[in-house]
Amino acid sequence: MLNEAVVRQLREIVGGKFFRTDQEALITHSYDGTPMLQALPDAVIYPESTEQVSEIMKIANSNLIPIVTRGSGSNLCGGTVPLQGGIVMVMHRMNKIIEVDMENLTAIVQPGVITGQFITHVEGLGLFYPPDPSSMKISTIGGNIAECSGGLRGLKYGTTKDYVLGLTAVLANGSIIRTGGKLTKDVAGYDLTKLLVGSEGTLAVITEAILKLIPQPKTKKTMVAMYKDIYGAARTVSKIIKNQIIPATLEILDNPTIRVVDDFAKIGLPLDMAAILIIEQDGEPEMVERDIEKIQLICKEEQADRIDVAADREEAEKLLTARRSAFTALARLRPTTILEDATVPRSKIAEMILRTNAIAQKYNVNIATFGHAGDGNLHPTATTDARDHEEVHRVEEAFAEIFEAAIELGGTITGEHGVGVVKAPYLEWKVGEAGVEVMKGIKGAFDPLNILNPSKIFAKETKKRVVVQHG
Amino acid sequence: MASTTGKPVIEHANPLARTLLEKLDYDQLTNCMRCGFCLPACPTFHETGMEPASPRGRIAMMKAAVDGLMVPDQQFQDQMNLCLGCRACEPSCPADVKYGQLIEQTKEAIEEHATHSLPIKVIRKTVFKNLFPKRGSLKLLGGSLAVYQKSGLQKVVQSTGVMKLFPKQLSEMEAILPSASSKGVVERLGTFYPAKGEAIAKVAMFRGCIMDVMFADTNVNTVELLSAAGFDVYIPESQVCCGALHAHSGEMNGARELAAVNIDIFKQLDVDYIVSNAGGCGALLVEYDHLMQDNKKYSESAKWFASRVIDVSTLIVEKGRVPKFAQKESSPHAEKIKVTYQDSCHLRNVMKGSSAPRKLMKEIVNAEYVEMAQSDRCCGSAGIYNVVQPEMAGSILEHKMEHANNTQASYMLTSNPGCLLQMKLGIEKHKPDQTMKAMHIVDFLHDRMILSE
Ligand SMILES: Cc1cc2nc3c(=O)[nH]c(=O)nc-3n(C[C@H](O)[C@H](O)[C@H](O)COP(=O)(O)OP(=O)(O)OC[C@H]3O[C@@H](n4cnc5c(N)ncnc54)[C@H](O)[C@@H]3O)c2cc1C
Ligand code: SF4
Ligand code: SF4
Repeated sequence: MLNEAVVRQLREIVGGKFFRTDQEALITHSYDGTPMLQALPDAVIYPESTEQVSEIMKIANSNLIPIVTRGSGSNLCGGTVPLQGGIVMVMHRMNKIIEVDMENLTAIVQPGVITGQFITHVEGLGLFYPPDPSSMKISTIGGNIAECSGGLRGLKYGTTKDYVLGLTAVLANGSIIRTGGKLTKDVAGYDLTKLLVGSEGTLAVITEAILKLIPQPKTKKTMVAMYKDIYGAARTVSKIIKNQIIPATLEILDNPTIRVVDDFAKIGLPLDMAAILIIEQDGEPEMVERDIEKIQLICKEEQADRIDVAADREEAEKLLTARRSAFTALARLRPTTILEDATVPRSKIAEMILRTNAIAQKYNVNIATFGHAGDGNLHPTATTDARDHEEVHRVEEAFAEIFEAAIELGGTITGEHGVGVVKAPYLEWKVGEAGVEVMKGIKGAFDPLNILNPSKIFAKETKKRVVVQHG
Repeated sequence: MASTTGKPVIEHANPLARTLLEKLDYDQLTNCMRCGFCLPACPTFHETGMEPASPRGRIAMMKAAVDGLMVPDQQFQDQMNLCLGCRACEPSCPADVKYGQLIEQTKEAIEEHATHSLPIKVIRKTVFKNLFPKRGSLKLLGGSLAVYQKSGLQKVVQSTGVMKLFPKQLSEMEAILPSASSKGVVERLGTFYPAKGEAIAKVAMFRGCIMDVMFADTNVNTVELLSAAGFDVYIPESQVCCGALHAHSGEMNGARELAAVNIDIFKQLDVDYIVSNAGGCGALLVEYDHLMQDNKKYSESAKWFASRVIDVSTLIVEKGRVPKFAQKESSPHAEKIKVTYQDSCHLRNVMKGSSAPRKLMKEIVNAEYVEMAQSDRCCGSAGIYNVVQPEMAGSILEHKMEHANNTQASYMLTSNPGCLLQMKLGIEKHKPDQTMKAMHIVDFLHDRMILSE
């Protein structure tokens, strides 16, 4: 509970309408996109400027009130669930695109701008902002930066961190810092910009961002290849890159996903395929043609059963249907959908998928895998029912083993969704004890009183490895 | 993975919470995975920017009330009532959560516990128990409205400013009401109207209650258009109101009673299609199967009924012989007359009929179809929403008219009486030059139909 003086001060900063402690506000800020997780805050606040955020942080810091910054609450790691109560700070009102600088190819935006709207806006100006998480219609730039989101274009164009040039952020004590700028080169001190990208709301509140834009690619071509042998698909991925072709998109669907998608979208996918690859290349027309031809050749060499190349946009859309409907099809299967995010080096994709399937079988749970083959970022997705506690427990066990397998294969526990609370018990598996200690030290430097998104990233206890300890 | 935490569970001491527990479909509540994909589609979220005014927020509150995390207080009820019921959230939901059913169940529960003031009680009773279910009374009302409008009394009333005493929204509405008529489609055309040329299929027309009083011409035009497109049209005389207004106001039993009557009547005709020309009615008709699923006697025939319901535009485009249309008046300038369209939410989101009207408009020779920005977003009419939620409806309409202005169209077409009235109101209020005209798409096409003989 917040004391009356604090309530009065906060109300004065943002106005009564934008500081709320009513039941309705608390309930609707007790969750995010993460399944089976909920906790009530004590209040919800909607600031509209950096100055307001700074004032709010000063009060929160001196009264030890936890602050959970929230974009659209679409994250899948419990990142915005106020596990220790406190105040949820919603960034929706800070939603202006302040500037698009055509000379420097940069944009300055507030954190509450919806990513999809920003992309449409710059595309209207003939420019390109590549980070495209599947949630971009709803997620915010601030949320993307805090989670370092990536998308289908990650392989060729990188992820959010590659497009953040500078930030304005408010520290826990209310100080305002500015990092980076419209500069490509800047080595003055530690790179605080990069440090804040992916910091999941635990180090500072981002209130403005300078983003890098690039010219729009001229053309785009789409193709699909289907394989009875999953290793053939995996070898294709490696071979494409070994041939120094970097496709704009290189996605994979495994057999369980193919079955679910076809059942939902009725697009006549062959159900005996072990994997489907969906490949797109963009750029100068001649280069695109050349790359797509080469890729086709590689697919044939690796015994692809079927190869389709789209003749035009409309056909490309059709080929993309399978990938686009993967999530929807899975989400409709059972009441609770747990979309996870394990990443392995791309040479290990086939092995990772097969191990995931074996693990699912072992625990008798439904897990289908799809994802970004090009960068090894896979999304094993479990369909279950939150009300069946026994089954949910088996799903959790299966996932622990899947993360374990990912690390064993030289991968990581999350490629783009962040650690939050869901992956916190596994963080040490990836970065080691010393790594966790350094991170905690950084957290202490930014937020000594631990009021920014407490209980996230660092778990009280590291989960025991399921199998024996591996190297 | 952490499990659900939260405050201690509140006992279901609150009677509304108990009713919600009984009525709400817990499977649907569980299906919502809180991804937030529905937020950008929602007009009330768009206007307020606040999570409680979003589909995800409303579902979370329903679930919290049922789980005992929240007392469904007045604010809860207000938030549920602020929902337009436009169901734009449904097509954008990856998990296929049946939001429409959830909000209906919630409103039904709220209605059971509502303590309306006496005048509201009387009005509700008159409207839901006497007026809509009974055709005679509606016609009588239509008749007296016609007398009122024709006798010049309307002018007197308008000039004396008596209407100013009523809520602003009502008095504004009064000014744009079309001429009512006591003669509906059956009185004018009889109960059967044959196809021009060889009959493609046998269809029954759902004439609606408000449609048949306030927009009787549109009903007549619908029948003639259907006939021209090759359909034998039956218009069963004893059909009753669809029940949509009841359902949206939480009067589910009233809606079910009406559905039973309609199902019996249309079943006897054994038609291939049941045609609707009002998105609001059509959306309930197409869900009669869901409405009647717990009724053993009717569940099967309700499925028969629901599977045949189709909007007039969709039927013509998909199954009919599309007549030729040509723009009759020429534009003062050399360019073509521009036509634009506001979707009926229920036609678009529930009946999935957004492409056929557009196809028809593009068929018109010498007219240009211009898409209005955000034509898929609710206009704020939503049944009686603009009367009970004037503020939200007003701001939604204002935004809508900005987009309408940008199209520079001469005609704004719609597929539902509520939307049509709202567009008229919008043009009256927000369109400075007022040259735009709002029309039902059927009337517009009927006027421009070129008969081949
Ligand atoms: C169906 C679905 C598909 C998805 N697909 C992808 C995908 O392809 N790629 C991907 O990377 N992610 C994906 N996500 C996850 C999620 O959408 C992203 O993590 C997204 O970046 C979250 O944005 P948001 O605005 O919703 O942020 P929120 O969920 O509100 O917040 C996310 C984190 O950022 C912090 N935060 C938010 N704003 C600020 C700020 N201004 N300053 C400091 N911290 C802040 C929060 O505290 C929290 O820790 C998906 C999610 C769903 C539901
Ligand atoms: S889109 Fe569907 S699942 Fe997602 S929050 Fe909205 S209702 Fe729930
Ligand atoms: S029905 Fe319309 S107003 Fe209601 S929650 Fe859905 S989108 Fe929003």
